[in-house]
Amino acid sequence: MLATLFYIAALIALTSTMAALTRANAAHALIYLIVSLLAVAVMFFLMGAPFAAALEVVIYAGAIMVLFVFVIMMLNLGDTGEDREREWLAGRNWFVPGAMAALLLIEMLMVLGDFQGVTSGNAVSPKAVGIRLFGPYLLAVEIASMLLLSSLVGAYHLGRRFIVRRGEH
Amino acid sequence: MFKALMSQVRTIWTILQHSFTRAETVQYPEQKPYLAPRYRGRIVLTKDPDGEERCVACNLCAVACPVDCIALQQGVKEDGRWYPEFFRINFSRCIMCGMCEEACPTNAIQLTPDFEMCEYNRSSMVYEKEHLQIEGTGKYHDYNFYRVAGLAITGKDKGQAENEATPIDVKSLLP
Amino acid sequence: MTELGTISFGLLIIFAAVGGAAVLTWFERRLLGVWQDRYGPNRLGPFGVLQVAADMLKLLTKHDWVPPFADRLVFVFAPTAIVVAMLLGFAVVPFGPDLYVLDINIGLLFFLGMTSLAVYSVLLGGLASNNKYALLGGLRSAAQMVSYEVFMGLSLMGVVMLTGSFSMRDIVEAQRDVWYCVPQVLGLFTFMIAGIAESHRLPFDLPEAEHELTAGFHTEYGGMKFAMFMLGEYLGLILICCMITTLFFGGWLGPVLPPVVWFCLKVFALICFFVLLRAAIPRPRYDQLMSLGWKIMLPLTLFNLLLTGAIALWMEG
Repeated sequence: MLATLFYIAALIALTSTMAALTRANAAHALIYLIVSLLAVAVMFFLMGAPFAAALEVVIYAGAIMVLFVFVIMMLNLGDTGEDREREWLAGRNWFVPGAMAALLLIEMLMVLGDFQGVTSGNAVSPKAVGIRLFGPYLLAVEIASMLLLSSLVGAYHLGRRFIVRRGEH
Repeated sequence: MFKALMSQVRTIWTILQHSFTRAETVQYPEQKPYLAPRYRGRIVLTKDPDGEERCVACNLCAVACPVDCIALQQGVKEDGRWYPEFFRINFSRCIMCGMCEEACPTNAIQLTPDFEMCEYNRSSMVYEKEHLQIEGTGKYHDYNFYRVAGLAITGKDKGQAENEATPIDVKSLLP
Repeated sequence: MTELGTISFGLLIIFAAVGGAAVLTWFERRLLGVWQDRYGPNRLGPFGVLQVAADMLKLLTKHDWVPPFADRLVFVFAPTAIVVAMLLGFAVVPFGPDLYVLDINIGLLFFLGMTSLAVYSVLLGGLASNNKYALLGGLRSAAQMVSYEVFMGLSLMGVVMLTGSFSMRDIVEAQRDVWYCVPQVLGLFTFMIAGIAESHRLPFDLPEAEHELTAGFHTEYGGMKFAMFMLGEYLGLILICCMITTLFFGGWLGPVLPPVVWFCLKVFALICFFVLLRAAIPRPRYDQLMSLGWKIMLPLTLFNLLLTGAIALWMEG
């Protein structure tokens, strides 16, 4: 039962990712990407990592993709953008990335050959994730937070007013 | 910031106090509001105290009308009186501005405090003379145009109207 | 609870929530009438309650129209997203000690995820309409949601810290001694504001600001699709009130009366308060909204988080 659900979710994730790659309309592509992320979240849930699933939904599908859609709306590409996208998606451009992806797929299949079962069986609670993050992986968390802080400072710098005109402050 | 927050809280409190005030709404179809006699509603054509039509078909109302909703045709009766052969007001265009009433020299066209004119059919909003004409004198009870005007009609020659001097015979030098 | 029982209870919740949202459209108008010194809909049926049925009939029988310039697929999909997401959000709400659809140890995160998915409805609706007003509404809602989601999640972390669990049942059980609205008053304040912004209710209804954007993101919508947006908004209101009740006002806890009644009473009182906010407070300007979110609310939640953590550590000794 769980395995069937997992494979359905995996199928949805794969097809929607493919669709996201091949759509010419940016908004449609983004919707497929969101569906793909949600499918991945379901897979995480079925694999016994509900915390990761929830974070996938809240952060990736809920916040980052909203920003993507925001940018799409700001640019408001229209038909010219779609035509250009179609041109880029023409047949021969697929050759190199397609070949690389195929290699990766073969590698993954070889690794997965002796892998047993899809679910780990025991669910990982949020508490366990927290203990891990602030225990053995503290350094990684700190480095990531430093990276985020630097990007925050960078964004603040970009966002400040370089020229102060009269009447503004 | 604290001041701004307090202002919001005070607003909420003020609105909350309105739970105990009465609603201002007038429940219209059951509870009719008082409309003054000079309220500008449905247009009527009135008659003078003798029971004759006041309208002399001078077309001033049609000229004054900003939306051109009045149409009429002048006719002359055998006794010399002028009257409208037809008088038509398209109430789907009328904006109840009262210009026609102000333009009318004989107080014939008057606006009434009735505004409840609803029809499912647009052409039913076009009122003909028989719909507009009422039996009464409207807001001006004593006024009779032909009694004060200098126009000669059967039974009243020139100079016989109220406050009117007899006409001067310009062809005679006698005083 | 058995599997069948859970499913039937879930269906019951869906019907109750949708019905509640429908009645809320009438109730809100009556309540606004009380506070604005007028009556509101009072013609149809006792106290005008059948106005709901009349509105529903009108919306159902309206011509289901998709504008020719719109992006058809997305245009039709957008209104369903908000309703589905909001209804899923009800799954984790515990209505009583044994009355819930599912009790997972990430209940709170599930709720946050569902509210953040509901944004897409507004966003894609605005994008697919291919209309300038709708696009502006969608843009505003994207910025508003992203900004307010940040501290919406953070404002709840104080509660999670005190309870030590993301499970809604555990959170309610932990409030036996004192409701979290006392120790977490800052969290309550910020969560309430974020909740209004998330369900884009009136003080923060910038995505649809009638006076500036005709109707914002749903300018091009009519009939049943528009009804879905409205339904989603009212479901969002009920959901937010349920969450505030659960997280800060002790959920089903209360003396004498049965737990479900207590829960419903608290939710009802909160809904009235939200309507009062709508009646009283004017809409802020867009930049004011943004600076309120980032400059006041976010530092406030972070401060709350630090304080709660420090006190929790100190109490533990």
